Amino acid sequence: MIPALSVLLDPSATRMMNPHAVDFAVIIVYFAMVLGIGFYLKRYTQRGEDFFLAGREMTAWVAGLSFVSANLGALELMGWAGSAYQYGILAAHWYWVGAIPAMVFLGIVMMPFYYISKTHSVPGYLQLRFGEAASGLSAFCFAIMTLLSAGVDMFAMALVMKVLLGWNLNFSIWVASLTVAVYVSLGGLFSAIFNEVVQFFLIWFGALLIPIMGLIETGGWAGLVARIHQNFPGQDYTHMWGPITHFSTNPMGIHWTGIVFGLGMTLSFGYWTTDFLVVQRVLAAKDIRAAKLAPILGSYFKMAVPFIVILPGLLGLALLPFHLVPQSVAQADPNLHSYNEVLPLMLARYCGPGLLGLGITALIAGFMSGMAGNISAFSTVWTYDLYRAFIRKGAPDKHYVNMGRICTIVGIVLAIGAAYIVMQFASIMDYIQALFSFYVAPLFGTVLLGMLWKRITAPGAFWGLLAGIVSSVGMFISVKLNPAMLSVWALSSDAKPMAENMYRALWSWLICVTVTIVVSFLTKPHPPASLAGLVYGETELPSEGHLPLVKRPIFWACLAFALFLVLQYIFR
Amino acid sequence: MEHEPVKHHMLPVWFFIGIILTIYGVMIFIEGLFDLSHPTGTVLANLYPAVWWGAIMAATGVLFVVKNRRPTNAGN
Repeated sequence: MIPALSVLLDPSATRMMNPHAVDFAVIIVYFAMVLGIGFYLKRYTQRGEDFFLAGREMTAWVAGLSFVSANLGALELMGWAGSAYQYGILAAHWYWVGAIPAMVFLGIVMMPFYYISKTHSVPGYLQLRFGEAASGLSAFCFAIMTLLSAGVDMFAMALVMKVLLGWNLNFSIWVASLTVAVYVSLGGLFSAIFNEVVQFFLIWFGALLIPIMGLIETGGWAGLVARIHQNFPGQDYTHMWGPITHFSTNPMGIHWTGIVFGLGMTLSFGYWTTDFLVVQRVLAAKDIRAAKLAPILGSYFKMAVPFIVILPGLLGLALLPFHLVPQSVAQADPNLHSYNEVLPLMLARYCGPGLLGLGITALIAGFMSGMAGNISAFSTVWTYDLYRAFIRKGAPDKHYVNMGRICTIVGIVLAIGAAYIVMQFASIMDYIQALFSFYVAPLFGTVLLGMLWKRITAPGAFWGLLAGIVSSVGMFISVKLNPAMLSVWALSSDAKPMAENMYRALWSWLICVTVTIVVSFLTKPHPPASLAGLVYGETELPSEGHLPLVKRPIFWACLAFALFLVLQYIFR
Repeated sequence: MEHEPVKHHMLPVWFFIGIILTIYGVMIFIEGLFDLSHPTGTVLANLYPAVWWGAIMAATGVLFVVKNRRPTNAGN
């Protein structure tokens, strides 16, 4: 859920930064560290449970930080900072409404079923609950998406490094991908998680200085708002809910119903509760309490991310002596800078030698962790949900570990291929992003119904998921062929393209749920005994009544949701 | 994927975080001291951010290393 990728940066632009020797030293230390971690962890990843699920021994803190960090990539940082410059604090909806309720829901409602079922992946849960058809469809879609996403990450990183530092595109792609290949094939999910937690700290230490220095320069939040009003009179960049009472009263062209029902209840739930890249991190938790707590702890950090992503964009509005422009305009004039350059511009504004290297390393770490996360998820889904399920069943555990290491390398090679294809056709990145949105909302419908209602059958799940995906594709194509269709799906002629994703997610989810229920009632129900550990009513959920209040996940979940509501009120 | 539970005794992830923060903190702090006599020209350079940010990173890193220098179960 990030802004259009194809407008990230102009590859023909001259180098933005002038790094010193110490900055390059910082970057080299990072590469040495991640490789060293991979080699260190190899001896601990000899079993499938170690390689694909980090031994299921992670504490709530490690699983929670990794859960958030898997989503906190450099494209996210730069893209949403650019959106904050373009749209103001409205962009924070994607971090608050678009994440917190879903993360809390995952922890309290869905994690017990994921964890108790002892599945290794989301398609794995579908296989246990509904059999091979729904699982295979989900696994196939997910495997393709992760490879394409890894390729997009590679290309985007190479592009950013070219613009920031003048690095050759091929050099960046090959150095980064080979490094990821080495440490993931050696240490599996252990490596990916360790490096994601390292990345989390690097991103915060690398980016936090910008809002600190920026607020010192503006004289605090009030000074920031005053300067924005001075630079952009008559425009509201600092309220989240007031401007979205109508499509035409905000630059995004969205309505609060799209934010609440499309983004908040469908897209975000679909992503945070079923995207295997993030769920895999929580499945690695050491027990069910840690598995429930991990996404809840992660929600607190997610709530804080706008401080290092959205606030730099707002500071750009207040402090930059020139206005940033859309990518298409910046491409025509090399003296102009695009919205997506706001984060590097603010980095260069405050960070001298050393600090600049730290900021650049934080971006590199974000990209590489994104690649590693996608590749480790691909390796798991391919090995267990496709290879073991359909090609070679019943092999020894060691065989599947070797397959996991091999397909990590193969996955990297395929992702490099995807990166070069994207290099030739940059607008493909937008379509790849759209591909994710085709199935994430319907998949949420299928998984949620499967967990909460035992009457849902395997044919119902398969046909509902397929109907949801096909309807989403159909709506997307209809808008591409006839832009006027946007007003049909968004129920308003004032809706802009940003609204399309939200309403398309809502309708495809509803279609998935409706078809799933109808087909289920037309087909034979599963015997209750076959649903033990998989669905509400047939699963013994462990009680937490014996724990003190502060040790119960529900306490921290309620507190997180309360804090989320307070933030909505403060920035209304 | 049913196996006998195995507890891995390894250096925790916090130890590695401490190592990298310490290294970066020292590098940035030393660069910050150099900047005292060679101004960088960045905005608010007079606050010498590299000095105090490097010190904070190094102190945090050392704390993480000291508290997590012994192997734990599964590196948590």
